[in-house]
Amino acid sequence: MLTANNALRREDNVVDIRDYVAGQENKGLLRFLTCGSVDDGKSTLIGRLLYDTKLIFEDQLATLERDSRKHGTAGDGIDFALLVDGLEAEREQGITIDVAYRFFATPKRKFIVADTPGHEQYTRNMATGASTADLAIVLVDARQGILPQTRRHSMIASLLGIRHIVLAVNKIDLVEFDRSVFERIAGEYRDFAADLGFDTIQPVPISARHGDNIIDPSPNTPWYDGPSLIAHLETVDVDARVEDRPFRFPVQYVSRPDLDFRGFSGTVASGRVALGDEVTIAKSGRRSRVKRLVAHGGDLAEAVEGQAVTVVLEDEVELSRGNMLVGPEARPHVADQFSANLVWFDDKPLLPGRAYILRTETDEVSATVSQLKHRRNINNFAQEAATSLELNEVGHCHFSLQAPIAFDAFADNRATGAFILIDRLTNATVGAGMILRPLRRAANIHWQALDVTPQSRAAIKHQKPAVLWFTGLSGSGKSTIASLLEKKLHAAGRHTYVLDGDNVRHGLNRDLGFSDEDRVENIRRVAETAKLMADAGLIVLVSFISPFRAERRMARELINDGAFVEIFVDTPFDECARRDPKGLYAKALKGEIQNFTGVDSPYEPPERADIHIPTVGRAPEELVDDVEAWLKERGYC
Amino acid sequence: MPLALTHLDRLEAEAIHIFREVAATFSNPVMLYSIGKDSSVLMHLAMKAFYPAKPPFPFLHVDTTWKFREMIAFRDRMAEHLGFDLLVHINEEGVRDGINPFDHGSNTHTHVMKTLALRQALDKYGFDAAFGGARRDEEKARAKERIFSFRSAGHGWDPKNQRPEMWKIYNTRVAPGESIRVFPLSNWTEQDIWQYILQEEIPIVPLYFAKKRPVVDRGGMTIMVDDERMRLQPGEKVEERMVRFRTLGCYPLTGAIPSAATTLEEIVGEMLTARTSERQGRLIDRDEAGSMEKKKREGYF
Repeated sequence: MLTANNALRREDNVVDIRDYVAGQENKGLLRFLTCGSVDDGKSTLIGRLLYDTKLIFEDQLATLERDSRKHGTAGDGIDFALLVDGLEAEREQGITIDVAYRFFATPKRKFIVADTPGHEQYTRNMATGASTADLAIVLVDARQGILPQTRRHSMIASLLGIRHIVLAVNKIDLVEFDRSVFERIAGEYRDFAADLGFDTIQPVPISARHGDNIIDPSPNTPWYDGPSLIAHLETVDVDARVEDRPFRFPVQYVSRPDLDFRGFSGTVASGRVALGDEVTIAKSGRRSRVKRLVAHGGDLAEAVEGQAVTVVLEDEVELSRGNMLVGPEARPHVADQFSANLVWFDDKPLLPGRAYILRTETDEVSATVSQLKHRRNINNFAQEAATSLELNEVGHCHFSLQAPIAFDAFADNRATGAFILIDRLTNATVGAGMILRPLRRAANIHWQALDVTPQSRAAIKHQKPAVLWFTGLSGSGKSTIASLLEKKLHAAGRHTYVLDGDNVRHGLNRDLGFSDEDRVENIRRVAETAKLMADAGLIVLVSFISPFRAERRMARELINDGAFVEIFVDTPFDECARRDPKGLYAKALKGEIQNFTGVDSPYEPPERADIHIPTVGRAPEELVDDVEAWLKERGYC
Repeated sequence: MPLALTHLDRLEAEAIHIFREVAATFSNPVMLYSIGKDSSVLMHLAMKAFYPAKPPFPFLHVDTTWKFREMIAFRDRMAEHLGFDLLVHINEEGVRDGINPFDHGSNTHTHVMKTLALRQALDKYGFDAAFGGARRDEEKARAKERIFSFRSAGHGWDPKNQRPEMWKIYNTRVAPGESIRVFPLSNWTEQDIWQYILQEEIPIVPLYFAKKRPVVDRGGMTIMVDDERMRLQPGEKVEERMVRFRTLGCYPLTGAIPSAATTLEEIVGEMLTARTSERQGRLIDRDEAGSMEKKKREGYF
């Protein structure tokens, strides 16, 4: 804007507007973020950049001066951080909570800056800013040196695919512009970042508050012969390797306005495609050719990375959202198991075995972490054994998906190698993943084409298979009711089986304890077993505390629609503790048993059970009659 | 020789991607159409995103009944010309209570006729996603907002607890009653908007071009006398002056700027040398500190 002002004084009329605009448009764009620990001066730096590139309007400056007096921490001076800390809570607390996006330009480049929070609890907001950036400015307070957040942010930046770092050693004025401080910090950073795979690391000594080495080289640091911050941002080359990558086109939307038109809309994730090119459908391997590249205002001859187009193919092929059009030569992986790095965002820990929704740019599938290989220590990046990931932790996981997806390794393609995880109940975004490689196991185990089907097995038994899932507290009466019901069904000629804690915990699940992770795995195995038995034609009675809604829901989704019947044996805690058939409550309340449901481990009652049976004041036989009546009504017996 | 995409090409592609993502994943989306320049750009992009089909969602205008007359005329012309499905919602209770910016102040007027009206309309039609033309460069609270911005069942925004938004992978899942506000122009600047209007020759309301208009000076702003409801205060006198608008809202709350720019090129030229932000012309943003954030938390766009 500074240049715009100078070059374009209206009265001078020196530049034709359209020429000027065309010149603007051919400028490159650099997206970067500022990160680092709390109070290292990230927001102040952005405020300074906006100010020095004349991007602050007069009314904004007036507001800023007013706010600096009210909330500012810069004495009588302007507190530039207040320009970017836009939320009331941020201004009151003087911290950054969420990422802010700001825009500025110099004569050479346009910039989109993500100003990200330094507090560890807001790491997910830092990751949000980093995911769309090509370069990270890591700020370090010259007086503090490298802090744990410096390491964490550098690691996350590296994992998220950022290859260019500016190490801004800030507040250099507060250490008397001491060269040795700068060099010590720069050396230390290079040492620990050696394994993070950055292509460039540019250390710059700056004072965001006073402007040293921001636009021009500072006279206060004559010993520094590198570029100023802006000079480096204007010239650093971040576009390496993007040309000539294989064609990838994730299908977003099928456009079908009438019977004569069927187009596949999406954004070219990498490479290019031209009219007449042969293309392959990633998941099926079928081939076709590009008949048209439709765009408003006229068809295109070719489309390149970053362009949003609509592709019409020569042939009528099976293709929908979630699939991908790709070049016939270098094809993406198609698999239902892969390994990935995962950053965890949620207050509730990641539980291996729990089903989450995995979302790529356009595909969505149910997925579990089948194995947590290790967690990364943020201080030394060492691999540590772990059973779960807590908020802001990073781990290396194996994933198992309900259906195959098409993907590339994240290192090869940021667009087709990334995914997020969504909690099934809250819909919160709980994690972000970067795929490393497919796990070949998946490719080798093909489903047998089965002639004898679940339907034929059920037919020979003259029954409707079902999984009757009894949930409730320990001692609520689940097993008593299940076993009475089984007797009745058996007497009526039904083929049944009861799965309960005793026969499963002593055998199949003998390796599992009672931690949350193990409870999830326990239920997963029981659900899988019940599913196989139902496929075999049986009526399966599952009697498990199964305290978590998420796992019961996973079981319901695993087992064929309609065959899953959730039965809530509803006995209040006090009544269970009074009955205490196995003497377990007495022990748990004395603290002799850990992780006991209802005592020190939660029970989440069903919100909408298929059958709800309050037990207090009723005999087990009556309760069984109720369940039987429900089943009869629906043709199970 | 591969094509090189310009900065505007990239912004356009990003917006189109966002439009399609919503159409593919929500059951009942709507586009909020406020008639201003950003809405004009948004509408143009919606047309592009689904071409040769029409956008698969209706356009909703929340009419405060205090918009410039030229805005309403433009709206109706565009709806007829482009053939889109236009819904107009007015808070009839507010009209019955005679809510207006003069007697009730900009805060109450905006809350009743805009925020409440918007909430009524969203509830009435059960929309689960609503596009808006807001940009991050407009205002500090907007700079913090996600492209897909989650709203609770009561339309509230919780700025301290936004969903992470990674890459171009948008979490579009909502429970019944909840919704998402979607901002395809998040990464555009005011300069980008004007350059795109110039490049694509997008029609905009004539009020953006300088013309002799009847105005009065009030509270440090230049207010246009758009109809007979404008009450003059003692000492105020109506003058014909060459003015235009940088941003458009309710006429009694929107300040004009002196200008001689009568063509798009001249507007862009003027914009490039501007020394004040566009929202300076909006009275509603200046009422109190954090005013935009507060409005947004209550359900304002």
